[in-house]
Amino acid sequence: MISLKNLSLRYKIPLRIAALATGTAIMLSATLVYRDSKELRNNLISNADKMGRVIAGTLVEPMLHDDVWRVFEIINTPFHLPMINAVDADDEYILILNENNVIYASTKPERFPMLREPEDIDPRYIELLKAIPNDPRPSTEVVEPRNSENLFLLIPILSDGIRIGTLVMSYPKSPIIDHFIKLTEDAAMTTLLVLTLLLPLGVYWGHKMAKPLLQLSDVMRNVTPTLPDSGEIVVEESGDEIGQLGIAFKKMLAELKEKENLQQHVIASDRLAAIGRLTAGIAHEINNPLGGMLNAISTYKRHGVQDALTLKTLSILERGLLQIRDTVAALLVEAKARTRPFDLNDVADICTLIQSDVEKKQVNFTREIDITHAKSVSSTLVRQIIINLLLNAMQATQMHGHVHLNIHREHNDLLITITNNGSHIPPEKVAYLFEPFTSLSESGNGLGLWVVYQIVQQLGGGITVHSEPDDTRFVVQLPLPGIL
Amino acid sequence: MKTLKNIRYSLIRLLLLLVLLAAVVAQAAEDPAKTPVRIGLTAVFLEHQRDFNNEWRHYLARRLGRPVVFVHRSNYDAIIDLLHEDKLDFAWLSGYPYVRHKDDLQLVAVPIYKGEPLYQSYLIVTGTDQKSRSLEDMRGKIFAFSDPNSNSGYLYIVHLLSESGEEPASFFGKAFFTWSHHKVVEAVASGLAQGGAVDGYVWDTLALTRPDLTAKTRIVSKSPQFGSAPFLANRSASPTAIDAFQRVLIQMQRNEDGRRLLKTLNLDGFAYGNEFLYDTIEKMSRTVEKQKE
Repeated sequence: MISLKNLSLRYKIPLRIAALATGTAIMLSATLVYRDSKELRNNLISNADKMGRVIAGTLVEPMLHDDVWRVFEIINTPFHLPMINAVDADDEYILILNENNVIYASTKPERFPMLREPEDIDPRYIELLKAIPNDPRPSTEVVEPRNSENLFLLIPILSDGIRIGTLVMSYPKSPIIDHFIKLTEDAAMTTLLVLTLLLPLGVYWGHKMAKPLLQLSDVMRNVTPTLPDSGEIVVEESGDEIGQLGIAFKKMLAELKEKENLQQHVIASDRLAAIGRLTAGIAHEINNPLGGMLNAISTYKRHGVQDALTLKTLSILERGLLQIRDTVAALLVEAKARTRPFDLNDVADICTLIQSDVEKKQVNFTREIDITHAKSVSSTLVRQIIINLLLNAMQATQMHGHVHLNIHREHNDLLITITNNGSHIPPEKVAYLFEPFTSLSESGNGLGLWVVYQIVQQLGGGITVHSEPDDTRFVVQLPLPGIL
Repeated sequence: MKTLKNIRYSLIRLLLLLVLLAAVVAQAAEDPAKTPVRIGLTAVFLEHQRDFNNEWRHYLARRLGRPVVFVHRSNYDAIIDLLHEDKLDFAWLSGYPYVRHKDDLQLVAVPIYKGEPLYQSYLIVTGTDQKSRSLEDMRGKIFAFSDPNSNSGYLYIVHLLSESGEEPASFFGKAFFTWSHHKVVEAVASGLAQGGAVDGYVWDTLALTRPDLTAKTRIVSKSPQFGSAPFLANRSASPTAIDAFQRVLIQMQRNEDGRRLLKTLNLDGFAYGNEFLYDTIEKMSRTVEKQKE
């Protein structure tokens, strides 16, 4: 069974609105029905009382003359003559009692014959007769015996202030009850009608109310495992509490996202730094024995036995060891060497160096160079950065592609931007882009970007990648020492 | 001068007009064809629809050549008083008041019912009462009389009781008057009264027009026959007027309209009555009155 507590707001709010509307309608109807029934009863009593008093007044004369027939005719006036109308209500009658509370006449003479005591015929009269006051007063007594379906009005018949008899009017309550039932049915019908009109509206409002909450809830559910981008978060941003909550939540998510990005960035930097340290350590450890081994081979070549097999073997060993030294050298990026400052000649050199690649792919290579204040950076290192990045760009771009180089100063930094419109780097690869042996192409050894990264790090700068389809952009930021 | 002359002319003219008016009024008063015949009706016959009464009234007026006025009263006494005071020309009354006021009243006509100028008194009880066989069974019961001046609806029963030394007030649990035979039947049928005395002719006629009502009553016994309720006139009434009215009533059975009206009245016709018809009633009346004294 679905607990009502766990029901979605999508249903809970409309259900509550429906319940509220139904409850209100029922309460309202019940009040109206109750009031109407009460009024009907009061009207009935009031009318009966008026009629009873008129009848009681006209009965005085015939009763004083003991004219039973006249009395009978008078009390039958409000009814049809009983023998003519046989289908009159059994409990609707008038009874006349004389001063001794003995039946004098009635509209139902067969049930209430003359001269009989009413309590012998209907035990309810024991209670009824008690309601007749001892002193003659012209007030009507309304009696509703317990468990009785009748309502009795006792009206005194007074002649010169002396009670000569009592007019008893019996009314069945069934018309009141029937009226009540009819009214209840009518009210129920009207309520249903109103509800059929109101409920869809209520459901609509409910949905409308629930919508921002559901949106918020959806967004919250989708926070794990990865935080969504702020663009993906769709919440109601209105001025009410829910809207404010949505805005706050969105802001919180954005901050979380920023924090997460920062954290990832830190993690990547730490990892790269760790790799850097590890590589440097390994390189040093390898370089020392490597130098010894290469020295030993060189010495043996010069002074040792010169047979062909040994020379061939040593040559293979030497080539292998030299490859190891190159690799290690590549890993061990040393930025300490102070060379001459970077200038426009370097740019020209770079262009010459990559010319063959430009021609091979017929790339549209454009440049925008402003290095007026770039004198203080090392030409060797900047050249290496630019060449590596340009070669990567050439590699990534298609035939007749576009590569752009921009070098300019911004504040105290030199910004080198290399853009290409080649195949873009998938986001999951960006995080590992600067680690060694991460190659995007078949041909590269995966050390180019590592070297760039190491150089940039050692120069105290930063490198960022933005890759979208048809637009991959590497931005290198290098601080310019001595410029404040 | 001129105005004075004018006034004199006006006065003369007014005087002439007054003289003329007086002459017309006098002539109207003398002309018997213009004075209405006033007829008092009681519950000795079934009070019919207004239509019937009107039709009968027009019939009588046409035949008499004089307008006819029907006078209704709620009881016999009122009609008898009017007759005494000469405020009525004729009245249709029970035989009982006739024998009581024989000196002041004269017989005009008697209705013929079932071929005879006679009728009976019925003792009726409620239809549910299957036990009662005679008046004796009515002891202590509630009883309905029609009118204290009615023979069939009162005198006969009182006389019957007097024979065994009883009186209505002590014999019955309660006795009351309905002032009409028709209402005696209603009282018994409704159960208000357990028994009642009713004009047999009225009950029979009611059995034709309102069988539902009479079905709720049962005839326990029928009285000997009495002279029918007669049309009476004041002793001082003019013989010509009586003659004319007698003729009109008796001739009713001889023409189409009259026969139709008689059919509604459930009568065969009217006949010259004979006072001997009412000897039985007179005897009963004397006995009862003697006992009262």
